[in-house]
Amino acid sequence: MLKLDGISAGYGPVAVLNALTFEARAGEITCVMGRNGAGKSTLMKCIMGLVPARTGSVTLDGTALHSLPAHRVPLHGVAYVPQGRRLFGPLTVAENLEVGLMTRGMGDETRERVLILFPRLRERLSQTASTLSGGEQQMLAIGRALCLEPKVLLLDEPTEGLQPSMIALIRDVVLQLRETGVATILVEQRPDAVLRMADRVAFMAGGTVAETVARADLTPTAPQFQKYVGV
Amino acid sequence: MRNWILHLGTLALVAVLLVTLPPYHATNLARILVLVVFAIGYNLAFGYTGLLSLGHALFFAAGVYGAALPVTYLGLPQLPALIAGLAAGGVMAALVGLLALRTAGVSFMIVTLMFAQAGYLTLLYFNPVTGGDEGLVLPDAATLLPGLSADAARATIAFALFATALIAALVIVQSRLGRTMVAMRENEERSRMLGYNPFAVKLAALALSGLFSGAAGAAYALLFGYAGASFATIQYSILPMLWVLMGGAGTVLGPLIGTAAMFYLVDIAGSYTTATLLFVGVALVLLILFAPKGILGTIRERWLTWLP
Repeated sequence: MLKLDGISAGYGPVAVLNALTFEARAGEITCVMGRNGAGKSTLMKCIMGLVPARTGSVTLDGTALHSLPAHRVPLHGVAYVPQGRRLFGPLTVAENLEVGLMTRGMGDETRERVLILFPRLRERLSQTASTLSGGEQQMLAIGRALCLEPKVLLLDEPTEGLQPSMIALIRDVVLQLRETGVATILVEQRPDAVLRMADRVAFMAGGTVAETVARADLTPTAPQFQKYVGV
Repeated sequence: MRNWILHLGTLALVAVLLVTLPPYHATNLARILVLVVFAIGYNLAFGYTGLLSLGHALFFAAGVYGAALPVTYLGLPQLPALIAGLAAGGVMAALVGLLALRTAGVSFMIVTLMFAQAGYLTLLYFNPVTGGDEGLVLPDAATLLPGLSADAARATIAFALFATALIAALVIVQSRLGRTMVAMRENEERSRMLGYNPFAVKLAALALSGLFSGAAGAAYALLFGYAGASFATIQYSILPMLWVLMGGAGTVLGPLIGTAAMFYLVDIAGSYTTATLLFVGVALVLLILFAPKGILGTIRERWLTWLP
């Protein structure tokens, strides 16, 4: 289980996260919702060590992540797919995956699992990443993160700007990952997607988790959507 | 497979040219090949890892003096001196990298430039040892390989060094380290999020780059019998960048094409005017206008997408 306890973080003099407490459990999808500026992306970056925590702790199954340099966090099985994909454009699909596989010493078995999840990538293995369509690039970004065999997967608005068929496909994959026991943290802005996928929803406001609600307690007209997301 | 055919074919072609060209051009080619090794080294840092250094003259000069000083003062034979020069280039690059890689972008350019200038001034300061601007004269190249003339020895060693460097570069860029270097160039933050330590990868790339630069510097000094502080001037930091830009940054054969093209551009222009840099400038402007990725970079982009 990934646990954030009393986290405060920010950029220079600007405090973005204030005494935030949050957890993500294995085999669950925890959605993070909130208005722009609520601190969703900073929360992700703070888990990854990209924005250092000023107070509080981030632990994964008892291991303190907040004291590690950023590049060591993924080695503990935390994978992050930020907004905007950011692939290694001149490298082929196969090479992008290879770069993902290498750090935790994963091999063909992991690669095969990723290619079963995303058959489209198998057809494109020798193509350079920059020539892929938007949806394929997102598949590769997620696939490359899965090459780390993560215990925790952080997805920051993975379906933003994609066509409906791609959105459905990526959602399917995220749901399949839940079955394998991955703890998924999904930043998502659309209530319909959240209602279909989430096990729990953390609503953020003012740099902290204002409310955490189980999926069973949410309806499409739940007041939290209006209050924290404005939809 | 086709990569190996292309690169081994290129080596064969260069070997044939070395043997068949008239002596003037064969000597030019030997000189070019040594400089290509320098450019290959620069390309590993700049073309593949995205490290725009203005301090490679220091690594080249470390190779020059790493070989020349032990030959002059300790009587070290020339071939072991080549190894000493290579090592000096690598160590110098690693030491500079330890400090300079704490910066990035423009700051990295400035810090590397400052190191190189400090190196140049140091060579001048220790004039009695280094020879300063006048330099040191080294034994004739004819003593390098017994039984061969100076020209033949130069051609043989230049070719051997070039072939080794080209194959090594091909192996490196296709290796895991090579992929990581490109990943670092494309997106350092993303690489970090896959568990790579950017500092360590860039340091490894810079040190490798220094090894190639050092080897080139050592060979240049030994083959052409001269070591001088002029090799540490900023010109020798700019030149490999121009060669690589012209040939195609991030391509294995680009440094060969760029160095040869630039060398002959200056050589031919030199028979008409002393303002040869004017021609270099015009060539670069044309390059940026019509082929900003360099000769081979453009060919790769349009036709041969598989080129490493």
